[in-house]
Amino acid sequence: MAEPNPGTDSQAVSAPADAPDPTGGATGPSKPRPSVRTKTPSRTGDRVFSGLSATVAVLMAVLVVVIFAFLVKSAIPALSANQANFFTTRTWSTDGDPIKFGIAALFWTTAISSVIALLIAVPLAIGIALFITQMAPRRLAGPVAFVVDLLAAVPSIIFGLWGSIVLAQAGFLEWIRSALIAVLGWIPIFSETPSWTDPSGTVFLASIVLAIMILPIITATSRDVMAQTPRDQIEASLALGATRWEVIKMAVLPHARSGIISGSMLGLGRALGETLAVTLILQQVSQMQLRRVFDPSIFTGGDTFASKIARDFPEALNDPQSLGALVASGLALFVITFFVNGAARMIAERGVKR
Amino acid sequence: MKTTRLAMITATALLGSVALAACGSQESSSGASPSATETSSSSTAAASSSDASTADSSSAPAADVKYTPTCPGGSINGAGSSAQANAITQVINNYKTACKGKGQINYSISGSGAGVSAFIGKQIDWAGSDSALSADKGEVDKAKARCSANDAWHLPLAAGPIAVVFNVDGVTDLNLSSETLAGIFSGAITKWDDEAIKQENPNANLPSANISVFYRSDESGTTDNFTNYLNKAAGDVWTEEHSKQWKGTGKGADKSAGVSQAVKSTKDSISYVEWSYASKNNLSMAAIDNGNGPVKLTGESAGKAVSAAKVVGSGNNLQLDLQYKDTPAGVYPAVLVTYQIVCSKGLDAQKTALIKDFMSFYASSEQQNDIQKLGYAPLPGDVASKVLTAAQAIS
Repeated sequence: MAEPNPGTDSQAVSAPADAPDPTGGATGPSKPRPSVRTKTPSRTGDRVFSGLSATVAVLMAVLVVVIFAFLVKSAIPALSANQANFFTTRTWSTDGDPIKFGIAALFWTTAISSVIALLIAVPLAIGIALFITQMAPRRLAGPVAFVVDLLAAVPSIIFGLWGSIVLAQAGFLEWIRSALIAVLGWIPIFSETPSWTDPSGTVFLASIVLAIMILPIITATSRDVMAQTPRDQIEASLALGATRWEVIKMAVLPHARSGIISGSMLGLGRALGETLAVTLILQQVSQMQLRRVFDPSIFTGGDTFASKIARDFPEALNDPQSLGALVASGLALFVITFFVNGAARMIAERGVKR
Repeated sequence: MKTTRLAMITATALLGSVALAACGSQESSSGASPSATETSSSSTAAASSSDASTADSSSAPAADVKYTPTCPGGSINGAGSSAQANAITQVINNYKTACKGKGQINYSISGSGAGVSAFIGKQIDWAGSDSALSADKGEVDKAKARCSANDAWHLPLAAGPIAVVFNVDGVTDLNLSSETLAGIFSGAITKWDDEAIKQENPNANLPSANISVFYRSDESGTTDNFTNYLNKAAGDVWTEEHSKQWKGTGKGADKSAGVSQAVKSTKDSISYVEWSYASKNNLSMAAIDNGNGPVKLTGESAGKAVSAAKVVGSGNNLQLDLQYKDTPAGVYPAVLVTYQIVCSKGLDAQKTALIKDFMSFYASSEQQNDIQKLGYAPLPGDVASKVLTAAQAIS
């Protein structure tokens, strides 16, 4: 807005073509008055608008603080009554006295399921985005983009039902599972656990469904950035004799890097907080086993922060201590997503600077 | 100008996402607790074909408790236990038919805990709960305050047996003693061909496979009652006190439906689930030997457990203390009782009249026999007539 323009004034709705002169700014909508007025144009609209947007922005900040305060306030009684270390305890027992609970197992399941989901989804998303923006003929690119976007519109309960009933019994998953165990079984994350003999109810299955769920977000952001790759760079590369792969490697991907990363972080945020699908899919490891040994494998069950809260909330309602413990885990999730978003922002900004 | 616009866009986006998040959570909570009326038709149809109905003829209560509804009209709302959901839905429908649509009764399935807290918070007129109000947690006093300083009464109206369900190829009948059950569920017995199981089932062809134990991962009255039974009947094997959170071994599945689904789709598995879910899914059920020979789960054998229970509440407050140890021959020990928790006094006149009428109707033999088709044990005549007396005393 370098030029003073009457269009910014709410009272002046005159066509922009007839107002090269700022003094004509205060004219009425129908008849331009010839009188020469020295008064500066009214800024009521500006003030109202900026006031409104400032209020909304401040309200949002206040809302975040209020949510945080609520979480802290409801969590403190349970946390102070907690007889176990909140950060290192794996088990969760809030219906006896004294109460003992910790988030170690929840944190691990949440983190590993989200990270694996990202590992699966990001390469796929980049591939799809490259296909849509660089390789596919226009006739094909539109429909493919549309279908991928459509995935984002599928409610998470559908993913949950599909994952727990259909995908859990799918033969190829069992095949992937055995292959991973055979090849990478020496890594604790991929080790086999005795009582979990198929993919149903495991973190592995949840990760795959999460990957499908976050695919559209990552694809959409990557696609938007890739589509903005400067035409001249691509053409210059081609003129220098680069192959299509070299064009993608040298012009498109470097340009799209920050977009891909911020899209991935958005996806990670969704994966961390996804509740319904994960609640439907995951089966749990009993408290007894959790107490005995920590099993980092993705081929066992578990509970994420969100699924634990969703599962236990109805029965915890009239017991302030159980509820407080759940809220405390919610607080942990809140803080984690906060940091993930912060990190995403930092990475994205650094990418822009380069 | 540019910054203001950016702020506006960000704010709108945030506002939008918060609004969406709010919608999402609302959606999920209503999805998890469908209103009782929606679930009724399907469950009636599904359960009727199973062996739950085989015990029909043998278990007619000795004394027929009759009640003709007076149909005062009006509207009442209740919420709580999912264990009695199918039963109360059926009774509500029957009541509507009997009263030709007069009187609006709503029951939403929110879980016992949520039901009790909504009752105490005056959001609903009565609560359905699988466990009695706890004096230690102050629920008794809070309920009294909610009823304008009148006692809240427990009316046991739905007795739901807990079936021990299993899925082992080639095995349809299984006898398990309480000690063996406790051993399996606590992780002491891990193989199907364990000596303890073999001894109790000499004729069964038991595989040499690991036992997959499933449990309810959400807090539930079913778990509470089942662990109470294990603890009382086999205290030296199952040492944990009863609790809504599972303290044994195994893999967790969500809600009764999830547990049934898991057992159905997993070989060599075992779990505990309400009878209605077991019969709906055609799962094999074990007979329990609680010291006096194996007892199969039937409406009669489970109803006897309610008969044998001691009333621990005073007067019309019919809080039951089920006998779990050394039950007599022919009594199925693992039974869950769903109470309707009502104000003895203190609701407005019209609601009182409708609650009184509906609870009396629920207690009648006709209704109790009707819900047996859905996998509940009918209240024996003596208990039913006590409940009827109590319901009539609500004022």
